[in-house]
Amino acid sequence: MAAPAIETSGLDVGYPGRRSAVTVISGLHLTVEAGTFLSILGPSGCGKSTFLRVVADLLAPLAGTIRVMGETPSAVRSGRGVGFVFQDSTLLPWRTARENVRLPIQVGRRSLSRMIDDRADELLELVGLSALSERLPHQLSGGQRQRLAIARALLGEPRLLLMDEPFGALDEITRDRLNDELLNLWRRTGTTVLFVTHSIAEAVYLGQRVIVLAAHPGRIVADHDLRPLKGPDNSCSREDPAIVAAMARMRSALGAAS
Amino acid sequence: MNQGALSPFAQTALPILGAGSLILAWQFLLPLAGVPAYIVPTPTAIAGVFSRNGSLLLSNLWPTAIEAFSGFVLGNLAAVLLAVVFVHSRTLQAAYFPVVLFFNTIPVLALAPVVILIFGLGMLPKIVIAAVICFFPTLINMIRGLESASPSEHELFRVLSATRWEIFWRLRLPRALPMLFASLRIASATAVIGAIVGEWIGSDKGLGALIIQATFNYQSDRLYAAIVLSSLLSIGFFMTVVAAERWSVRYR
Repeated sequence: MAAPAIETSGLDVGYPGRRSAVTVISGLHLTVEAGTFLSILGPSGCGKSTFLRVVADLLAPLAGTIRVMGETPSAVRSGRGVGFVFQDSTLLPWRTARENVRLPIQVGRRSLSRMIDDRADELLELVGLSALSERLPHQLSGGQRQRLAIARALLGEPRLLLMDEPFGALDEITRDRLNDELLNLWRRTGTTVLFVTHSIAEAVYLGQRVIVLAAHPGRIVADHDLRPLKGPDNSCSREDPAIVAAMARMRSALGAAS
Repeated sequence: MNQGALSPFAQTALPILGAGSLILAWQFLLPLAGVPAYIVPTPTAIAGVFSRNGSLLLSNLWPTAIEAFSGFVLGNLAAVLLAVVFVHSRTLQAAYFPVVLFFNTIPVLALAPVVILIFGLGMLPKIVIAAVICFFPTLINMIRGLESASPSEHELFRVLSATRWEIFWRLRLPRALPMLFASLRIASATAVIGAIVGEWIGSDKGLGALIIQATFNYQSDRLYAAIVLSSLLSIGFFMTVVAAERWSVRYR
């Protein structure tokens, strides 16, 4: 049995302040099996993005322990184990679409980046942007930019994909389409996904499991396993009564917590 | 109200018409209004100086052009290098940035005699003055430019375990280029000003020297020709900077 993708105990997450640290989430106990698509749902300020930053080793935990695939976050990051997709696509405006996707093989330790196959063209194909590979980011739509950011995060086949409200700025139609594309990518790659969102519908549609965070203090107020409600490949219909009921349960969990 | 966009033809033709009409008014209306030629010579008189004294003008253009160009390169290079040091060392920035700020409050005109005292009467002091005048705006803009990458861009590079070197070349520097060029455009004009001011204080060649000589000898047509030539020199530098910017900042 492989090590869990994420294992935390007594984890305090927040920002080190000048006098005293600002704790956003305290005493987090969470275990996520490898290969899971986990949705992390919560209102602004509940610390869901901060938690992702601790997993990605962008921020040190204030207290407690965290293991990512059995290792420390820093070991996983320096071994290129994580891909990160930001809310704003964070594409470099002076690079073409293809060169943006290829960034991961151009930086970092040579010994590591050289081992990564240049699968840029394949990934561009996968996210449907082959024809636009020579475009600059400002010549692409918001949805295309996020697709590109996902392709870049997937270059190097990370074992863990962290997504911080990646579709938050998109219109609903584009968002729904990208949700389906993301599920397809996840089925192909089998990577663990931690998907942060404040959309209940999105969290339920995508996640095999949904944890609901409340703010002040940040804590888990609900933890739902949705696998029994969905198909074996984590597919479901947005109109399925069981799915609609799950959304209602989460809405009330969020309401009761605030 | 019709405020629609102008046709491409009108966009190129109108500025030429505008400038042309003013030059015509200058040529014919100013003498009619009784403005004497020793105060404002006509455009044809100024053009006459270019054909009659072309070699004199050219021999005075070169020193100024070389001083302005060298000062431009030196001042901006120093500013860029110091900005790079400052963004990588908070300590050095905290210690020396206030000093730089203080130096910037000294008017360059007040500093020029000191520079002449130190470096003598050759080209070097003019280069130094041109460099000093370019230095500060570029330093400020370059620091801001190098710091202008967003937090998520820095996080992206950290997730990829990029080194400081890579972050500099692949993120900070490209991010800083638009702001650098904004200050280089300004510096292209101020470098010429610096060189001319330096020549005023102590020189027998260059456009600045020509301006002083022409003024004291009441050769106002020659004075105006020197002014026109200084302006053309600035325009030349400016166009070069714009071309370099077009070539290196291709997005947006």
